[in-house]
Amino acid sequence: MTIQFNDESFRDDYSFHNSERALKRFPFPFHEDSYMYSVNMEQHRGGPADSVYEMRFDVDEHYVSEMKDRAIVLDQDPLRCQSLPHMTLAGWDLLELIMVSKSEDYPDLFELHREGDQWRWINKPLGIDDSFTFLDETTLPYGPMEYITRQAQGDFAVLDQRDDMLWMDAGMVTTQADWSLDFDIGMNFFEWHAPVPKAHEMGIFVRALKFLLNIQQGAPARRLNWTMTVNPLLDTSPENYHKWGIQKTTLTPENIGRKQHLRVELQTFFRLPRSNALVFPIRCYLCAFEDLMTVPKWGRRLHRVIRDLPEELATYKGFIDNRPLMLDYLSQFDDGLPTSPGIWPDLQSEPPLQK
Amino acid sequence: MSGAEKIRVRVSEITLINALVTRFRFERCDGADLPTFSGGAHTVVEMQDGGVTRLNPYSLMSDPYDQRSYTISVRRDDTGRGGSLFMHQQVKVGDEMTISYPVNLFSLDLRARKHLFLAGGIGITPFMAQIQQLERFGTQWELHYACRNKGLGSYADELTSRHPNQTHVYFDDQSQAINLPHLLEGQPLGTHVYVCGPKGMINWVRDTAQGLGWPQDNIHYEEFLAPQPGKPFEVKLAVSNKTIQVGEHESLLEAMEREGVDAPYLCRGGACGQCETAVIGYDGKFIHRDHWLEPQEHESGKKIMPCVSRFEGKTLVLDR
Repeated sequence: MTIQFNDESFRDDYSFHNSERALKRFPFPFHEDSYMYSVNMEQHRGGPADSVYEMRFDVDEHYVSEMKDRAIVLDQDPLRCQSLPHMTLAGWDLLELIMVSKSEDYPDLFELHREGDQWRWINKPLGIDDSFTFLDETTLPYGPMEYITRQAQGDFAVLDQRDDMLWMDAGMVTTQADWSLDFDIGMNFFEWHAPVPKAHEMGIFVRALKFLLNIQQGAPARRLNWTMTVNPLLDTSPENYHKWGIQKTTLTPENIGRKQHLRVELQTFFRLPRSNALVFPIRCYLCAFEDLMTVPKWGRRLHRVIRDLPEELATYKGFIDNRPLMLDYLSQFDDGLPTSPGIWPDLQSEPPLQK
Repeated sequence: MSGAEKIRVRVSEITLINALVTRFRFERCDGADLPTFSGGAHTVVEMQDGGVTRLNPYSLMSDPYDQRSYTISVRRDDTGRGGSLFMHQQVKVGDEMTISYPVNLFSLDLRARKHLFLAGGIGITPFMAQIQQLERFGTQWELHYACRNKGLGSYADELTSRHPNQTHVYFDDQSQAINLPHLLEGQPLGTHVYVCGPKGMINWVRDTAQGLGWPQDNIHYEEFLAPQPGKPFEVKLAVSNKTIQVGEHESLLEAMEREGVDAPYLCRGGACGQCETAVIGYDGKFIHRDHWLEPQEHESGKKIMPCVSRFEGKTLVLDR
């Protein structure tokens, strides 16, 4: 299985695109025709071949371009990557986890050679071949967390665990759905989730925290989350809201299929062994509406989910104003037929659009 | 499946430390590396003792970065339920056993400017790993270790010779005692205190530190309770639709496992909260022994921690 890396952009001319293969493996987040919050956790131990669940850290055709975009964001705003002093050991944990996982899961792309503390890391897609001393920061060009997350898709929140609580004490956050590491740094689990509507009344966060505190070494977990983004922007941060927020007003019936993207986060959770911290990788996948609509099941279901979504959630996810426009577009792909359960496209078994 | 992930290991070394304590070294059966861990972590050791499966937690005391082997120290408890006697009397070098992945419920607070360790007896073991972790990074620490007498001071000589300036040992039979208020008052700001030992010692340290105005978050303790025997009782498990008997010498959690009911757990010692179970109905009284539930939860009659707590009375129905 070789990956052909796209040369594409997530800004300016937005040349981002999904190949046929990327579309087939897109993590469509709705397992039924409606949506409400749930803790919806499952073990992260592989999944169907070539699905985003298969490997511990999924590498896909967007890898090289996403890493270029991250470098641009960091160049303009270094505070997107922060690590409080006590989190350095967790940074080494994360570096070890990613290097070991990627070199085992993608041996044709990544190599890790270890002789005691002397490590050599080869990242072929990015043209990196570095030797360094494990646990010695002076032998790397960046701190360990920054070094490895400049080479790994998705955002990373590194959470310290103390006093039965999780603390946002380090992270690399450049592809986020409108939240800020610089604002949240040092906050606890309940503080940084305070803006989420409804979930508190439902007791979601108390249950989620309990679950996360008990994630153990060797038993990672995962869930999907989603939102909407106009244009394939990775960096939808509060810091740059003045640049991307206004783009939400550029949708028209003619361009919506191309411009409107479903944004899905594959969230995984790993206990870090040396520090006992928890890492929370948040991997962003984008897919244009017009590409999603080529899968009949997803067309039917997305229309129903967006139509029936409670108003607070559509507001929180930032698309309440565009919902009528979305529904006009999506309703063309909903013929009222039932859909099969589960998130998979089921292209062989689901009937084509009947209208 | 309940509990942490499992690892098959072989006992590669058994060392008598003193009249009560024996050290066991484990290596992986498949020859691969063991996971690294953080100082303060424990492993749950599975013992096949005749027809009984015993699962006992022990602190990992080896260097957390040594991936070739783990070591634990087991103190013989002649009046206990038999886990420590099994380890002392039945386990031989070369035996294969199953242990769990490391789980840490007694983690270092890495923000600390200094770590102050207070150990009583076999409570020294988690600190052995934590000290090795801190030594690697040159972090400040200090150990005060109380033992019954010189003969039972496990690892006291080793620690004193390796870290003469940081190690302070106190022998009861020589009437030596930690001057705790004095010790706590002399600590620099940002010190965290950790205590592991008998219940009385833990309470003494917590109360003294709090009395001196130490922030709650700077006081850490670990105490694994062993389940205590008690009168047999009957439990109805509503979800599994089973009625089971809990014997005198087994815990409620063990009885559920014996009957094939998959009940979650991690520490099996009343500390981690994993096995918390809702009570649907009861007629009798609970013997709560955990330190996970709040006192008002104990009184509510709505929850029980089956790893260490028991019941006496007519009927008990659990949501399991």
